[in-house]
Amino acid sequence: MMKSDFWRAFARNKGAVLGLVILIAIVALAAFASFLFPGDPWEMATAPFQPPLSEDALLGSDMLGRDIASGIAHGARVSLLIGLTSTAAALAIGVTLGALAGFHGGRIDDAIMRFTELFQTIPNFVLAVVLVAIFTPSLTTIVAAIAIVSWPPLARLARAEFLSLRTREFVQAAITTGQSNTTIILRQILPNSLSPIIVSASLMVATAILLESSLSFLGLGDPNAMSWGYMIGAARTVIRQAWWMSVFPGLAIVLTVLALNLVGEGLNDALNPKLARSRG
Amino acid sequence: MNRTDPLRTPMEAAAMTTPLPDVPLLDVRGLSIALPPGADRPLAVDNLSFTLNPDEILCVVGESGSGKSMTAHAMMGLLPAPHVRVAGGSLRFKGKDVLTMPEAEQRSLRGGRIAMVFQEPMTALNPLMRVGRQIAESLREHTDLPAPARRARVVELLGQVGLPNPAELADAYPFRLSGGQRQRVMIAMALACQPDILIADEPTTALDVTTQKQILDLIRSIQAERHMGMMFITHDFGVVAEIAHRVAVMRHGKLVEYGPAAEVLNRPQHPYTRQLIASVPHYIEHRDDHAKQGAPLLVADKVRKVFHVGGGLFRKSKQVVAGDDLTLTIHPGETVGLVGESGSGKSTLGRSIVGLIKPDSGRILFEGTDLLALDRQGFRPYRRAVQMVFQDPYASLNPRHRVGDIVAQGPVAFGEDRTKALARARELLAMVGLDGSAADRFPHEFSGGQRQRIGIARALAMEPKLLVADEPVSALDVSVQGQVLELLDDIRRRLNLAMLFITHDLRVAAQVCDTIAVMRRGRIVEMGTAREVFTHPRDDYTRSLLDAIPGKGWRIPDDLQPVRAGAH
Repeated sequence: MMKSDFWRAFARNKGAVLGLVILIAIVALAAFASFLFPGDPWEMATAPFQPPLSEDALLGSDMLGRDIASGIAHGARVSLLIGLTSTAAALAIGVTLGALAGFHGGRIDDAIMRFTELFQTIPNFVLAVVLVAIFTPSLTTIVAAIAIVSWPPLARLARAEFLSLRTREFVQAAITTGQSNTTIILRQILPNSLSPIIVSASLMVATAILLESSLSFLGLGDPNAMSWGYMIGAARTVIRQAWWMSVFPGLAIVLTVLALNLVGEGLNDALNPKLARSRG
Repeated sequence: MNRTDPLRTPMEAAAMTTPLPDVPLLDVRGLSIALPPGADRPLAVDNLSFTLNPDEILCVVGESGSGKSMTAHAMMGLLPAPHVRVAGGSLRFKGKDVLTMPEAEQRSLRGGRIAMVFQEPMTALNPLMRVGRQIAESLREHTDLPAPARRARVVELLGQVGLPNPAELADAYPFRLSGGQRQRVMIAMALACQPDILIADEPTTALDVTTQKQILDLIRSIQAERHMGMMFITHDFGVVAEIAHRVAVMRHGKLVEYGPAAEVLNRPQHPYTRQLIASVPHYIEHRDDHAKQGAPLLVADKVRKVFHVGGGLFRKSKQVVAGDDLTLTIHPGETVGLVGESGSGKSTLGRSIVGLIKPDSGRILFEGTDLLALDRQGFRPYRRAVQMVFQDPYASLNPRHRVGDIVAQGPVAFGEDRTKALARARELLAMVGLDGSAADRFPHEFSGGQRQRIGIARALAMEPKLLVADEPVSALDVSVQGQVLELLDDIRRRLNLAMLFITHDLRVAAQVCDTIAVMRRGRIVEMGTAREVFTHPRDDYTRSLLDAIPGKGWRIPDDLQPVRAGAH
C-alpha cells in the first residue's frame, strides 16, 4: 500500500483529521503532565470546593482540594496507557487464536471457537469487575482484565479473514512452493488481513478507556493512579454542589473516545477503500 | 467501400442481410461515453455508430475494456451515474432518441420494448424471490394483466424457454436451478413483455460448453420466431460464427470493423480483427502424436475423493463424489489435457497431485513413490518436483509482496540463499517475457496476462519436472490467451517439462495437449492421443462436447493462419 495514497484517503475524511488532532493534543497532555502540573495529583493543592477559573485551579478543585486540571492531565496517562496496553494484549490473544482457528479449520477451529464463545456468553463488564475484584486492583490486573474480556471479537474477526484468505490462490501457491505454516500465516495471510483488524483495534482502545473509567468509577481502579473514572466516581456524591468535579473528567473521556472513534472511521475509509466509496 | 468507416450508412449494411426497413429499430449515432477523470482513457465509448434492424442478430465483439458492455448499459440506463455518463451522440429507438426522453418514458421502454439478459445468471436473479414472481414483476410494471393472467403468462414463458415443469418451476427459488436453467429464466424474464430489442451481454460466458450450445440454440430460435432485433455482446468468435448476422468489432471504445458476419469472419480487413480471429483457438489443428519417453513420470491410480458438504452436529452431510477411479499416466515431456465441464472433478485431480487435497483412496506415484503414503516431511522434497499454475491471475499473487519476492519465496523456503534466489527470479521473469524492473514492482501494476507470466515464473523457480496448470488462460482475453499458451508450450519444450493441463475449453486443449483425458462427473470417460480424441471420439459425452464447440462450422480464413504462428 502506498503511504501517500493512505494519507490522501485518510485526509478526505474531515472528521478523522479532527479526531487525530484531538488525539495528538491528549497524547501531548499526557506526555507533558509532570511538566505542566508538577507534583502529585493526589496532593492537596488549594482549598477544597474551588470553582473553575479560580486562582490556583483552572478547572476547580475537589472535596480534598486536589487540582482537577492536574488530575485530568495525569489521568490521561493512565487512560491512554491502559487503553493501548490492554488493546495490544487483546490483539495478541485474539489475533493469535483467530489466526490459528481460521488457518487450520476443522477440530482446532471448533475447539478455539467454543472457547471464544465461552467468553462471549459472559457480559464483558461483569467479568472485568469480577476479575479485578479477585486479583486486587492494580494497573496490571486492570489491563489484564480488560484484555481478557475484549479479545473475542478480534479473534472472530481474524478467524473470518483467515478463513477467506486461506482458500485464495496465492496462499495455495505458497503451500505448493513448500513454505511452512508459520511463514504462510505471518508473511502471506496476516499482512492481507490487517486492515480490518487495525480498524477495530483503534475502536477497541476507546472501549478499553471506557471500561477502565467504569471500573475506577466503581472504586476498582488502581488506588495509586489518578484516573478519570475515579475522579467522576469520587465526585458523584457532590455533583449537585460541585458539577465541575465530574463534568471535566467526563468531558475528557468523551473527547478521547470520540477522537478514537473518528480516527477509527478514518482508518476504515483509508484501509477499506471499497466500503468508503459505497458510502458516497 | 471502406468497411472500417463507422459512419457508413446503416442502410448499406442492412441491405446485405435483411430487407430494407424504413426506420432502423435502433440507430446509434456518434455515441460517446465519458469515464471519470483519472481512468485509463477519457472515453469508454468513442463516437460509436451502428444500427440494428428487426429480425437481425448483431454481434458486438471485443476484448475486456473495449466498451462493448458500456454501450449496452447506456441503452438500458445502467451507467453508473454520475461518474460515467453519455458525453454525446444519440440512441434512437424507432426514430426517437432514448437519451432525451423523459425519465418515465425511458423506464417504460426499458424492460418493455428493450430487454436485457446479463452475463452472470448466478447474481442476476434475486435469491430471495421465487422465479415466477421475478418474471411477473416486469409484467406488472409494463402491462395491466390481472394477477391470474400474469401467472399463466409466466408459466407459458417458462415453457417457451424450454424449462421442464414450468408450473412447478415458477415456484422455485433461484438456488434450486442450475446455471443454464437460470439463464433460461433470465431469457424468459426478458421476453415477458415481447420486446422489440433483446440485448444479451455475454449470456453464455459463464456457462459450460454444452449448456452454452443449448442456450445459443434457444436464443437463435426465439429471435427468429419473434423477429426481434438482437444485440449480442461477446468476446468469442466461435459464438459469433454460430449466431451473428452482422458483426461490430470494438477496440478501446472505437468501432474498428462493421459488416455482415460472413464478410467479417472470412475476410476481415482491420488488423485488429485479423489479430483477434487469428488468436481464436481452433480445434481442428492438433499436433503430432507425442513420442513417449521412458518410464512414466506420474501415475494416478484409482484415485477417489468424496467431499462432504454441509452437515453439522445434528444434520447428515451430503456426499459429492469429485473423483472416482481416476487413473492417468503422464510421461516426461508429455502434456496431458484434462478436459471437462465445471464440477467434473478435473481440478480435484490436479489439486490432489500437487498435494493441496488429500484423496480418500488410491495412489499417486511420482517416479515410483506413492505421494499419498508420505507424511508432511516426506512429501516436502516432491513439492519442488510438482508445481502448479493457477487460474485466477488476480488472486494467485499476494498483493502485498513484490514480484521478485513472490518468485523467490519458494526456493528460499527450501533453504536457498535469498540474494541468489532473487537473482534467479529476475532471470526467470526475463524468461517469461517480463523486463528486469518487474521484480521490484507489485502485482497490481501488471495486466492479467503479465500476472499469469509471473505465476509461471514462480512455478519454474522450483525447477519442477511436472507442471499442473489449472485453467491457466480461462480468465484472459483471447489475444492474451494465445500468448500465454505459446509461452507455456515454449517453456515445456525447452525444459522438457511434463504438464497436466486442466481446461474446460476443448479448443485450447487441442492447441497444447498431446494426450487428452475427458472427465465427467468425477470419472475419466475417455483418454487417448489428441488426434484420436478429436477425430474419432469413442465416448458419447466426448462427442457431445466436440459437437458443442461454438463456431465449428467456421474455418479461420487460411490467410490468417500465418499471422497466428508468428503472433508475438
